[in-house]
Amino acid sequence: MGKTLFEKIWDAHVIAQDEGAPAVLYIDAHLVHEVTSPQAFATLRERGLPVRRPDKTFATMDHAIPTRVGAVETDWPEDAATQVRALRTNCDEFGVPLFDIEGDIQGIVHVIGPELGVTQPGMTIVCGDSHTSTHGAFGALAFGIGTSEVGHVLATQCLMQKRAMTFAINVEGSLGVGVTAKDIILAIIAKNGAGGGVGFVFEYRGEAIRALDMASRMTICNMSIEGGARAGLIAPDETTFEYIKGRTYAPKGEAWDRAVAHWRTLKTDSDAEFDRELTLDASALEPMVTYGTNPGMGVSVTQRVPRASDLEDPADRRSLQNALEYMGLSEGQPIEGQPIDIVFIGSCTNSRIEDLRAAAAVAKGRSVPGHVEALVVPGSKAVKAQAEAEGLDRIFSEAGFEWRGAGCSMCLAMNDDKAGEGKYVASTSNRNFMGRQGPGSRSLLMSPIMAAAAAVNGRVTDVREIL
Amino acid sequence: MQPFTTLTSTALPLRTENVDTDQIIPARYLTAVTQEGMGDGLFSWWRYARDGSPNPDFVLNQPQYQGSKILVAGRNFGIGSSREHAVWALTQYGFRAVISPAFADIFYNNSLKNGLLPIRLPEVTVSRLLDLVEEVPHTSLYVDLPSQTVTLPDVDSGTAGETGGPWTFDIDPFRKQCLLRGLDDLGYLLDKEEQISAFEAAASI
Repeated sequence: MGKTLFEKIWDAHVIAQDEGAPAVLYIDAHLVHEVTSPQAFATLRERGLPVRRPDKTFATMDHAIPTRVGAVETDWPEDAATQVRALRTNCDEFGVPLFDIEGDIQGIVHVIGPELGVTQPGMTIVCGDSHTSTHGAFGALAFGIGTSEVGHVLATQCLMQKRAMTFAINVEGSLGVGVTAKDIILAIIAKNGAGGGVGFVFEYRGEAIRALDMASRMTICNMSIEGGARAGLIAPDETTFEYIKGRTYAPKGEAWDRAVAHWRTLKTDSDAEFDRELTLDASALEPMVTYGTNPGMGVSVTQRVPRASDLEDPADRRSLQNALEYMGLSEGQPIEGQPIDIVFIGSCTNSRIEDLRAAAAVAKGRSVPGHVEALVVPGSKAVKAQAEAEGLDRIFSEAGFEWRGAGCSMCLAMNDDKAGEGKYVASTSNRNFMGRQGPGSRSLLMSPIMAAAAAVNGRVTDVREIL
Repeated sequence: MQPFTTLTSTALPLRTENVDTDQIIPARYLTAVTQEGMGDGLFSWWRYARDGSPNPDFVLNQPQYQGSKILVAGRNFGIGSSREHAVWALTQYGFRAVISPAFADIFYNNSLKNGLLPIRLPEVTVSRLLDLVEEVPHTSLYVDLPSQTVTLPDVDSGTAGETGGPWTFDIDPFRKQCLLRGLDDLGYLLDKEEQISAFEAAASI
């Protein structure tokens, strides 16, 4: 029997497998940021250990930093400044390359990794961040780890891991106008549940996936964790190779040809078997919006919020009722037309140049009503520069959006961007948990074009009506 | 790591599904550069009113559950962010075990690395435990890691249709040994230096 893509990458990285113990898995690239690394560096210091492979370790700052244009470090909140200083000290002391906010290359760790060409097919990639699954879009086995494991990788370049089960998600057909990668992944999670992927690695396959550009593939893999899977994979193809070619850390010359020849083998064999499968018809999908407090609670924009009486399981009913109470929404109400207060376009899910271009096309020539606060936060300094070169910043500014510097911003309320109590946020980020975007904030997850449409109308809007 | 062998404690019922790590510890507590101080942030959104006063309706603030070292929660506990701070918050508050029908993968792994025992029991059993500890808060649970069982020592087996267990739970045998002996992965991995170097040499990386 053949192997799945996951099995090929896994088998190529197991360096030891003792009887009765988890596998020792070699890690090709380790991404580090300011929030989940300080305690790991402290462990190394306590035990007198060096970083084993600083050349395979890449650090940046994204979570805690302010993104307001013109925010100077001396005016930052003290805790953010302390974390950033700690990262600088740690990287300096242990010889880890740091893409500092002071320099030209900086941004959300899952945006700059691919941008720099660090992310390559067939690699194992980890980071102390659950959205490391993003890098699976390149056919890399990439997953989030805790801070203890960050320490393990810093010290040994290895992790102890149990082999995951495999789950094929086939997305057949083609997407309609106004329906995007974000809608595919929100639909998958709505169908399979927030816990439906626990213990599995997803592999996204099918005609609709093959047709996507790299930014869209990253959006899908990014939210694998929201479906419970630690990692999601898409087999690399010409689209992938084209994206990587010429980037800073990409192989060059003869090494490039050898790499591509190897990368072409990184696909699931035709006779391989998955532990589970799920198939979706892309042509039947509509723009999605979440109404609840986990990413599995989503509906098409043309649908209504579910009713508890439609659910059989008492725990599901309780979850729905708790979620709607928190969200201030009613059972059976249409989601379209729901007023919103804030719009956040950004995050490791949807802050790439392609996302901003799409959102700008909707915003162009329209304007955000005065009572709506709208933010556009590019994923990296490179995305920001590219957007400015294309004039997207002016389109957004003229439409009434605030244009920001690179970072995680309002995705997670740990910097100075926080949504207020009870505020409805149309957000392109990945999590609608209670308080995720600020104490008492209410997140409605959607695609960048849906968020732009919500911004200019001040309410949840079917973007297809204004395209 | 603090070893885990057996534990006798009352349990705190959290009848909520899909408890995410943002609920366990909100991101604003993640600006720390050390592990300390996380216990105060545990379940912060639910535990405190916006003015910082304790919310008397939240189970963690109810006197009958003070000192419980076991948390019983609905399914899909620990979804979301990889923040190990969530586990530190639970252990620093005083929890040594969490019982749920299902855990998110990263949270489950992080727990095992900090001496917090995640116990998966069937939905029907967890539901019954929740009923029981809500009705009779002083009910003791006995967790025995060597035999991988949870029992209710105070409940007579078979009386009035009640059963005090034992309920058996699964755990990876390697992880079990690590917990019993208080060992972390780092020592094991450092011992693999020869294989790691050989792998790097063979792959020319």
